[in-house]
Amino acid sequence: MNLHEYQGKSILENAGVKIQRGKVVDTVDEAVAAFKQLKEETGTEFAVVKAQIHAGGRGKGGGVKLAKNEEELKEHAGNILGMMLKTPQTPGGLEGPGKLVQKILIAEDSYAPDFDACKEYYVSIMMDRESKRNVIIYSTEGGMNIEEVAENTPHLVFKEHIDPCLGIQPFEARKIAFNLGLSGKAFKEMVKFITKLYNAFVGNDLSLIEINPCLKNNDDEILAVDCKTTVDDNALFRHPNLAEMRDTSEEDPAEVEAKEFGLNYVKLDGNVGCMVNGAGLAMATMDIIKLSGGSPANFLDVGGTADAERVENAFKIILKDPNVKAILINIFGGIVRCDRVAQGVVDAYKNMGNINVPIIVRLQGTNAEIAKDLIDNSGLEVRSAVVLQEAADIVKEVLA
Amino acid sequence: MSVLLNKDSRIIVQGFTGKEGTFHSEQMIEYGTNVVGGVVPGKGGQTHLGKPVFNSVSEAVMKADADTSIIFVPPRFAADAIMESAEAGIQVIVCITEGIPVQDMVKVKAFISNYNTRLVGPNCPGIITPGEAKLGIMPGFIHNPGRIGIVSRSGTLTYEAVDQVTKAGLGQSTCIGIGGDPIVGTTTKEAVELLMNDPDTDGIIMIGEIGGGMEAEAAHYIKEYGTKPVVGFIAGQTAPKGRTMGHAGAIIGGAEDTAEAKMKIMADCGIHVVSSPAQIGQTMVDALKG
Repeated sequence: MNLHEYQGKSILENAGVKIQRGKVVDTVDEAVAAFKQLKEETGTEFAVVKAQIHAGGRGKGGGVKLAKNEEELKEHAGNILGMMLKTPQTPGGLEGPGKLVQKILIAEDSYAPDFDACKEYYVSIMMDRESKRNVIIYSTEGGMNIEEVAENTPHLVFKEHIDPCLGIQPFEARKIAFNLGLSGKAFKEMVKFITKLYNAFVGNDLSLIEINPCLKNNDDEILAVDCKTTVDDNALFRHPNLAEMRDTSEEDPAEVEAKEFGLNYVKLDGNVGCMVNGAGLAMATMDIIKLSGGSPANFLDVGGTADAERVENAFKIILKDPNVKAILINIFGGIVRCDRVAQGVVDAYKNMGNINVPIIVRLQGTNAEIAKDLIDNSGLEVRSAVVLQEAADIVKEVLA
Repeated sequence: MSVLLNKDSRIIVQGFTGKEGTFHSEQMIEYGTNVVGGVVPGKGGQTHLGKPVFNSVSEAVMKADADTSIIFVPPRFAADAIMESAEAGIQVIVCITEGIPVQDMVKVKAFISNYNTRLVGPNCPGIITPGEAKLGIMPGFIHNPGRIGIVSRSGTLTYEAVDQVTKAGLGQSTCIGIGGDPIVGTTTKEAVELLMNDPDTDGIIMIGEIGGGMEAEAAHYIKEYGTKPVVGFIAGQTAPKGRTMGHAGAIIGGAEDTAEAKMKIMADCGIHVVSSPAQIGQTMVDALKG
């Protein structure tokens, strides 16, 4: 689950990590009030208006602006709130429709008074699948695209793997601060920053936290100016406060609805819908659709209990997509009996009444032949198959 | 011979009396698997499905000589269950549970490296040595004793491959479902290595998916040490970048995570790579003919 910048920063603040202070608002009036309050509390002269959407590269699309006075703040807040912000990371990129900005963060100017005396760094923490440990990735080249930095100047990107049983040790935090070329107060600040950031990462079951830029300000303090945060969905049971931060308006509506039905669904842009039991087989089914000359409209894992209700819900979700020209149902019945799934398909089809795209059902495993007879004798416009290649051939025929 | 599991394995079920534990224990026993009991803290001394229930894994090891365990406990208790088994001296641990937090598995992985144990999973269908023992949730009847070893990150896709192998007139030596999580106890390469060294396995099917570097690591091992034909398939050739496709570990981050990249490395390393999942069985038949 992805979080907004302001949500990630609240996690950091609770963990004692220094952040660029700010207030999140959703109207221009609130933005002005927030600016005044921020001035009083922090002494900042300027303020930064930052669009809160789940995508990076916001500055490139005009979603981050510096306001030097109240007039400018009003103008920027008015422009950014409600805009369709396009960044390289929003769906379709800079050519796509963009994402609606519903909230903005009014943040202090952390670079004052002397911008040139500040220095930006890069720090992120994630789980490294290869070493099976958490890794802190950091660089002196902050504020830039880290993938480009890693490609062009790999010697400027450092990694520190942390022992999961021991947690971060002082010498590891010191090594990071030294490698970033810090000394004196800034060095001590960075050691503190890294230690608390790591503890926030583990303590909140994050799968990614990326601070870019991480700033050394005029007072040699180290703070997080931006914050990209992803929470491990599987750990939300022990973080009810984080579960509440989910912003469903950032997700595809069909995916949100599917989740409520307990279906694992990802919308894609093809023309053949699919409904499968098991994630691996679902991906393989998408692949076979492609090999048959179609293109998958979705990923959908119906799970172990493919009864009439679940099949009907899955049909509804798939048919919301007007691009769907055919639906391939692929079930390997192990513990689930195929005849029960077939009955579910027939019942769901009858309940829905008006499905006007061809349906291809492939059932294999327990009672597969009985299931095929059940489908074939149902009188419905449903084609059945037992062998996977057979199903692929029918998809090809239907699309032709 | 077979790997990891045979008719003499002495198996206990952690989470024995729960709904899933009960259902699948019945199925395993029916298959002929040597289940010697179960572990449910607080229910020690009871009998379930005609087998003794123990309070702890170490009690089960002491009193029932257990050497293998299978875990059916909910995600929030699963990491603890794995570590308890490792500490008690269990040799092979299969964890079926899906949805264990990654940070729990990071700790588990570090903890069990201190013990002489092999973890398979989590988020996997388990292991089966057809005709001898079934340690998992797979449908037993699709399997046939034979000489093809199967390694896979998926459940139903493995059944698909098994079914094709059986229908092609071949059978399976041992099928290992290694699991779909970002951190798994046994990697693709480790499972392939076990089968490569098994005198009763003639060919290996390796089924991977998008995300991570496990298939590339296995491919390089096969190139260096392979002595048997290997057929490979990678699910997710049409998966988009940055989205989790059901399995927590199935996500494309960088270029090396894609099915295309993995299939290329596998082909370069001499693996018979199929692009259609419908061709796995036939390709194995052809590969065995040389």
